[in-house]
Amino acid sequence: MGRRISYREALREALREALQADPRVFLMGEDVGRYGGTYAVSKGLLDEFGPERIRDTPLSELGFVGAGIGAALGGMRPIVEVMTVNFSLLALDPIVNTAAMLRHMSGGQFSVPVVIRMATGAGRQVGAQHSNSFEGWYAHVPGIKVLAPATIEDARGMLSAALADPDPVLIFEHAQLYNLEGELPEGAPPVVDIRSACIRREGSDVSLITHGGSLYKTLRAADELAALGISAEVVDLRVLRPLDDATIMASVRKCRRAVVVDEAWRSGSLAAEVMARIAEQAFFDLDAPLGRVCSEEVPIPYARHMEEAALPQVPKIVAAAQAVMGNNT
Amino acid sequence: MIEFKLPSLGADMEEGKLLEWHVKPGDAVKRGQVVAVVDTSKAAVDVEIWEDGVMHAILVQPGETVPVGTVLATVLAPGEAAPVVSAPVAVVAVAPVAAAIKAGPSAVVVSPVTRRPAVSPSARRRAKELGVDAENLHGTGAQGAVTLADVEAAAARQGGAVAQGLPIDRQQAMRRAIAAAMGRSKREIPHYYLSETIPMANALAWLQRRNAELPITERILPAVLQLKAVAMALKRVPQLNGFYRDDAFQPVAAVHAGVAISLRGGGLVAPALHDVAVKPLEQLMRELADLVKRARAGSLRSSEMSDPTITITNLGDQGVETVFGVIYPPQVALVGFGSVAVRPWVEGGELCARPLMIATLAADHRVTDGHLGAVFLTELRDLLQQPDSLASSSAVSGQGGKEK
Repeated sequence: MGRRISYREALREALREALQADPRVFLMGEDVGRYGGTYAVSKGLLDEFGPERIRDTPLSELGFVGAGIGAALGGMRPIVEVMTVNFSLLALDPIVNTAAMLRHMSGGQFSVPVVIRMATGAGRQVGAQHSNSFEGWYAHVPGIKVLAPATIEDARGMLSAALADPDPVLIFEHAQLYNLEGELPEGAPPVVDIRSACIRREGSDVSLITHGGSLYKTLRAADELAALGISAEVVDLRVLRPLDDATIMASVRKCRRAVVVDEAWRSGSLAAEVMARIAEQAFFDLDAPLGRVCSEEVPIPYARHMEEAALPQVPKIVAAAQAVMGNNT
Repeated sequence: MIEFKLPSLGADMEEGKLLEWHVKPGDAVKRGQVVAVVDTSKAAVDVEIWEDGVMHAILVQPGETVPVGTVLATVLAPGEAAPVVSAPVAVVAVAPVAAAIKAGPSAVVVSPVTRRPAVSPSARRRAKELGVDAENLHGTGAQGAVTLADVEAAAARQGGAVAQGLPIDRQQAMRRAIAAAMGRSKREIPHYYLSETIPMANALAWLQRRNAELPITERILPAVLQLKAVAMALKRVPQLNGFYRDDAFQPVAAVHAGVAISLRGGGLVAPALHDVAVKPLEQLMRELADLVKRARAGSLRSSEMSDPTITITNLGDQGVETVFGVIYPPQVALVGFGSVAVRPWVEGGELCARPLMIATLAADHRVTDGHLGAVFLTELRDLLQQPDSLASSSAVSGQGGKEK
């Protein structure tokens, strides 16, 4: 038996480990210090590591993300927390035009070893402007890596791998996962890679391909499908850029049917990219048109019943899987 | 409007798979032009069109397998206008009318959309491997599509090699086609057989003299002389040249000799060498070489596949003395040639050694009797004693037009 731990605590443990291990590592962001982080991830770290390494910043994403990139260029290993992906749009220029491109623009002279963490996703009745899922946008940009830890293990293990990477790494933490509890083995922290997708449940009839907060809805849908006699395999992308085509295609070739579940809107989405790659690489292995479950193309509503209706939900995933199965059930 | 249908490219052909169109709607086509490529179980065949006109609508798309007689495309006869395509009212705006009139009828051609049956990509690939006709299965998949499981279930029902997942390739398909045609022949055609030993000294000497003056590429093979002799002998006995259809013999004026060509890797085709009676030997030689090359490359034309009026097979090269042929329906005769070999022969009461060849006739007893068959073989023998007459006979009457 391992020890019981929350997703939030796993992230905090990873931060403490990084801060202890490398004096170049520091954490900066809005309310990360005295308040302990908007999602309480950094609670207690100010007391332990002091204001030099746990730095509260002004309300300017453009400013402090840019400062983090500068610190990385200067030899530090900054971890920048942006409160949510919604506010990261204010920092798109430093992230995309600077962090992602400096290695190229400098002819390989500069690398930007910055890690930027942020919460993403909807489902908490916080209104349209706080409920976006833009991780797919960042996954469009060459020069950065985009991670989506969905499990306790990945929450605990991905940060050190991200800090070890010489280029910018973005970590998207779905806001509904912070209270998730699970077990970690005692002893040394789990070692995870930031290259590969992962099969979270094995199946043989349909691949359900998802990431982040949608993983648990998808796993529940797989349970319901099993009761209907459909064996669903659940693929957790984990790394949104670069995508692990090999794992995706192996699963699709085995099941011959696929449904992509993505909380972002469908048009021009990461779901669309995954489907396009399947069509390019595994077309002749398909036994049905590809399916997907995305959010309705509306600003995510505030009202609970409407918000729930707008997002991917277990019954929608089950229905999409049944649709690609046809009468084979 | 002319309907361009999938022709029967041989008596054993029931369906064909359209591989490629060489024309598109709006293209002008001429009689005899190759417009499409169709895969039969034997070969990929260039299909010709037999009317002048303008391609109107393509009704069968590459990859589709359709029965013989299916309308592949519609063709506008010369001068014919494209039919007006009635469009939904909402689409007919006022402004574009003038432009449409200016553009003329050819700009308004709309091909009807033919949607092939839904077969999933993996099912389609597996069906090909298993030799299953996936498009005619009942689909259980998404949107009613035929799935991999449907194909494998169908293959299991078909049993045998298919159930074990052995791929059915073209050679097996060809084997089946030959089996069907030859089975039908032996079931339906009451064969009779005659044979005649033919002295070949004159013919060989004549060929040797003639070829001595020619570069290698223009030299004539004995096979061409045989073909020509058969065609000329058929002028004497036309009852052996044509088809038996609907309980009656249909004679054909021109001799389109089906030349049996064994394919590398197995199998057999007998495409037509057209109008053998009226073509000079040099031309026949060129055309025969071309025919053999194209048969082995798998690029025969539809007319060559569908209209041989008699089959000629020569197994002499393999050292076989006598060929007892099986008639290729609906033809009514097959002429077989064995090897040319020096054997004992009696001439003027003396025993001597002479190059000899045994020619055989397999003929359909519903059409001819042994007497006519004997007349044919003796005429064939005599003609081969006078090779000069074969060389000069090319100008002989008979327009040899194509029957269609």
